[in-house]
Amino acid sequence: MHSFGYRANALLTFSVTALAFICAIASFSDKFSNQNPSAEIQILNINRLKKQSYGNDEVSLTLDISADLQSLFTWNTKQVFAFVAAEYETSKNSLNQVSLWDVIIPDKEHAKFRIQTSNKYRFIDQGHNLRGREFNLTLHWHVMPKTGKMFADKIVMPGYSLPDAYK
Amino acid sequence: MDWQGQKVVEQLMQILLVISGVVAVVVGYATESFRAMMLIYAGGVVLATLITVPNWPFYNHHPLKWLDPSEAEKHPKPQVVAKKRFSKK
Repeated sequence: MHSFGYRANALLTFSVTALAFICAIASFSDKFSNQNPSAEIQILNINRLKKQSYGNDEVSLTLDISADLQSLFTWNTKQVFAFVAAEYETSKNSLNQVSLWDVIIPDKEHAKFRIQTSNKYRFIDQGHNLRGREFNLTLHWHVMPKTGKMFADKIVMPGYSLPDAYK
Repeated sequence: MDWQGQKVVEQLMQILLVISGVVAVVVGYATESFRAMMLIYAGGVVLATLITVPNWPFYNHHPLKWLDPSEAEKHPKPQVVAKKRFSKK
């Protein structure tokens, strides 16, 4: 501590180490929050189920998505990324996941919503497996913190199905 | 800065930073504001810098008592006599 530069350096390194500690504590405090998100998805209409000109099945849907993700937000949350995926099994793949719609939720106020929309991303199969197919619609979310580890979870809603013939 | 001052400065710096960190976390958690935590901690760092880094006069109240030159002359330094060493084989 005998010189200005020595003291400035010591203070700088100690303050950065302490900063790392308080960020770790802030991240750890997320464990004490109660989280009970909820969601519901209805298929309003199946607009088209067709076979593309170069082979694969494609379906276009209109969805009614309502969700309450407000309890996921803590003081250490930067944003929540949520997406709806259709999941089904075929003879070729044990799990197919197709993302249909997503959103970035920047704060708690926007986390409770209801939206009616056609699928944002195209629902295309690897093959011709969609006729009469039963599938789950799963709402996944990734909670991105201001400091710390991102964690992800989901709600699985089973019981949706596609028509038996192309339309 | 004298030795006593250096010791005080090191302790002061660590205490100030730890306290501002603790206060920052507590206030931030209570007000659910990450920004509050960061601002309080930054304020604490600035405060600690202002208090401990410059060479304030109150860190020099215990200066070293250097030996008086007239006293030093009375006790000359011992001369180092170079000795030849016979290396053993």
